[in-house]
Amino acid sequence: MSKLTDLNLAQARDGLASKAFSATELTQAHIERVEASDKLNAYVLKTPEKAMDMAKASDVKFADGTAGPLEGLPIGVKDLFCTKGIRTTASSKILGEFIPPYESTVTQNLWTDGAVLLGKLNNDEFAMGSSNETSSFGPVNNPYQGANGENLVPGGSSGGSSAAVAARLGVAATATDTGGSIRQPAAFTGTVGLKPTYGRCSRWGVVAFASSLDQAGPITQTVRDAAIMLGSMASFDSRDTTSVERDVPNYEAALTGNIKGLRVGIPKEYRVDNMPSEIESLWQQGIDWLKEAGAEIVDVSLPHTKYALPAYYIIAPAEASSNLARYDGVRYGARQAGVDIDDMYSNTRAAGFGDEVKRRIMVGTYALSAGYYDAYYIKALQVRRLIADDFTQAYEKCDVLLTPTTPSAAFAVGKDVEDPLEMYLNDVFTVTANLAGLPGLSVPAGLDANGLPLGLQLVGKAFGEEELLRVGEVLETAAGFTTRPKEWWSA
Amino acid sequence: MASNQNLIGGATGDWEIVLGLEIHAQIASNSKLFSGASTEFGAEPNSQVSLVDAAMPGMLPVINDYCVEQAVRTGLGLKAQVNTYSVFDRKNYFYPDLPQGYQISQFLQPIVGEGVIEIDLPDGSVKTIGVERLHLEQDAGKSLHDQHPSQSFVDLNRSGVALMEIVSHPDMRSAAEAQAYVKKVRAILRYLGTCDGNMEQGSLRADVNVSVRRPGDELGTRCEIKNVNSIRFIGQAIEHEARRQVDLIEDGGVVQQQTRLFDPKNGETRAMRSKEEAHDYRYFPDPDLLPLEFDQAFVDAIAKDLPELPDDKKARFIADYKLSPYDASVLVSEAENAAFFEAAAEGQDAKAVANMVIGSVFAGLNKAGLAIADSPVTPQQVGQLVGLISDDTVSNSIAKEVFEMMFDEGPDQGKDADVIVDEKGLKQVTDMGAIEAAVDEVIAANPDKVTQAQERPKMAGWFVGQVMQATGGKANPQAVNKLVLSKLGLDG
Repeated sequence: MSKLTDLNLAQARDGLASKAFSATELTQAHIERVEASDKLNAYVLKTPEKAMDMAKASDVKFADGTAGPLEGLPIGVKDLFCTKGIRTTASSKILGEFIPPYESTVTQNLWTDGAVLLGKLNNDEFAMGSSNETSSFGPVNNPYQGANGENLVPGGSSGGSSAAVAARLGVAATATDTGGSIRQPAAFTGTVGLKPTYGRCSRWGVVAFASSLDQAGPITQTVRDAAIMLGSMASFDSRDTTSVERDVPNYEAALTGNIKGLRVGIPKEYRVDNMPSEIESLWQQGIDWLKEAGAEIVDVSLPHTKYALPAYYIIAPAEASSNLARYDGVRYGARQAGVDIDDMYSNTRAAGFGDEVKRRIMVGTYALSAGYYDAYYIKALQVRRLIADDFTQAYEKCDVLLTPTTPSAAFAVGKDVEDPLEMYLNDVFTVTANLAGLPGLSVPAGLDANGLPLGLQLVGKAFGEEELLRVGEVLETAAGFTTRPKEWWSA
Repeated sequence: MASNQNLIGGATGDWEIVLGLEIHAQIASNSKLFSGASTEFGAEPNSQVSLVDAAMPGMLPVINDYCVEQAVRTGLGLKAQVNTYSVFDRKNYFYPDLPQGYQISQFLQPIVGEGVIEIDLPDGSVKTIGVERLHLEQDAGKSLHDQHPSQSFVDLNRSGVALMEIVSHPDMRSAAEAQAYVKKVRAILRYLGTCDGNMEQGSLRADVNVSVRRPGDELGTRCEIKNVNSIRFIGQAIEHEARRQVDLIEDGGVVQQQTRLFDPKNGETRAMRSKEEAHDYRYFPDPDLLPLEFDQAFVDAIAKDLPELPDDKKARFIADYKLSPYDASVLVSEAENAAFFEAAAEGQDAKAVANMVIGSVFAGLNKAGLAIADSPVTPQQVGQLVGLISDDTVSNSIAKEVFEMMFDEGPDQGKDADVIVDEKGLKQVTDMGAIEAAVDEVIAANPDKVTQAQERPKMAGWFVGQVMQATGGKANPQAVNKLVLSKLGLDG
């Protein structure tokens, strides 16, 4: 064992439990590493004092035998989660220096279980983006660089979370996924990303993007870490009526390594045009790995897949256009003066929102407008229903689905930033799980020709996280992904 | 066309007014529709605002089950279809007192559908008004423009308070019908206990849709008068708006679909915004809330608990107490009035009690500005007084005087009618000998009048009056009348 920051979450947990090191030592090591990571721009707010306080409290709990499941484990939190007394911005100028007087349910669950807050992580503004380039704090750089040393995006919207975990700036991170915002960044950074079933984690206190699609989940180094994190993040919450009253199982116990007889569906519609051959062959490799592990491979069809992306890019902006109406400069956040109330609204929102957020507010407003509502919004809801039905039918023939996570590896910072449609194509394999409310897991499975990580995605049945994680761990073991990025940022 | 007395005359002929109402009734509930904040009236500004009400980032609404129950109860009271599946929608618009930037309401699938309300018109007739729907929605906060020379303040205490919007069909044809409708809805809500109906505090207010047309024509273009907050103002607003529309059309103009405001100071309506300026509310199902679903058993349990409602009570009063439909409808308009009457009528002549309650009691309370709960005269005292009339102890007119004495003395004096009658010697004289003596005396003293009376029998009334005066009003009027006629030879 070399450094404390080389440990994954499970290893760190076990080390703390065996008193190999203290929570303050573990936290201190991470704080130092975070301090030296500014070139990545993963953290938008560092909370080292808070972290040390929490770590000291954890050490007391270890001493008196009251340690929680995540006791003393230092993590980063996406800046979409409201944290009591700690600035929360959703990486938007419009929230200004907003300090919530409340703690989101998911983060409260983590603190209750003993986790330690290292700071708040960068993300695309209001989680709208696939490259973390729409953040008001500027882009996050992927710890993996291009062949010529150029900076690459870490994916988005949870780009700070994925970069932080890949660069070991925390043993794990929280993230949120509305159309792929956990899984795509995980695939781009060689990390594990789990989007749980809609309703598994409470949305209370998480800045809303698209309420019917948003779901919190972890980005971690391993599948086991994701299982441990989800066990703490998940809960029924009476304050979120879309959360589901259902016991939280022991996800880690589900990692038996045994998938004999499991039926793995391969949806033919995910073989899209122009997919790089290395992704195609990685997918085949994944199929072979699971077959070797005893799974049965089944060809399935999800016939409405091609309509998923357009439907998603109507539903998500429509909800966002309404969810973001509260940022009006009246009660909190940044305000730009105006000659009257309408002028103040215009000035505040013009200055406070970035281009991508404005674009989606306009698209969403248009889709909900009189005369267009039926043609766009209602039609998109119908498509959503058909997509959910596709999955229901596919799951009559299989237990989980295996697909690529993304149609490409990480791309250069600035490449797609002026081309929204090209950017939206990043979500082509991930939005379906959000539209159907199903759990999705991205596992690092290989490298492309330039040495960049590629991920494979598993999609499970509703509340089938245990099975999903079990298969994910088998895939992870078979892939044996151990690559680490070169540490150019600390030089 | 004269058969329809509701028509209003214009320079070019008669016009018919068509009215539909949207009543916003605040649900009687201690907490708001989607948050636990208090709804108490009159609190310090912004002292009853939860994180949800202030639309802080990441906050989510949670439906208040009690408000749902109240809406179902109201739906049943309006004899309406209760929908066991309904959907909350967002109505999107920007306003400083609307923190979320949208109001949570119900648009396509309301909790309550079609129902009917019977309204009692002043001529004693009954008209049926259709209710289109009742839906649940949040109230907005309040903008205060008079607190600072250059700034407006916002009070969010009302933000998120639960409202029921009750939408009528355009079935009303006069201001009087609209007023009767509001009174009836208010009575039903109060009977049910689902809204206190307090219009001064804004617990009940109405948007009035007004259009005019030639009798028999298609519906005209309507204007909506927003937020009228008294029954009197509803009448004034309709009268003014209908006249404005008739004058406009007769002068060659066209009514523009508009939202208008009623100004109680000058009794006029003025334009607020036109159709072109109307908001596109971009309604869509609120993704933070699941559809509202409950089973029929939930509805049935509430139905079992419903109190007797005004229409049923009225029918019972007519059947059991033999009251006229008018008296019955007056008495049932408020549950407390009906209860007062029933307590007073126990064991007494109910029609006489109704007369005294509607006449003396209501008049006395009105004059004194008292609510029925604070009446200085108890129902039992009223009943006893009516009993004294029935057994000829006092006459009607003496009874009125006795009532006034009881009312003025108030409940602390606590003197019942029989005590007052005894103390003041007001007992009716029924001793025929004494009455006869008094009659003889008056006849003997006025021979010229006797001659006149025999020529014009109506003059007999003068003699009755003189005898009543001579006996201090205590003589039985019927007995006096009979004797006078007999002595004057006019009874043949």
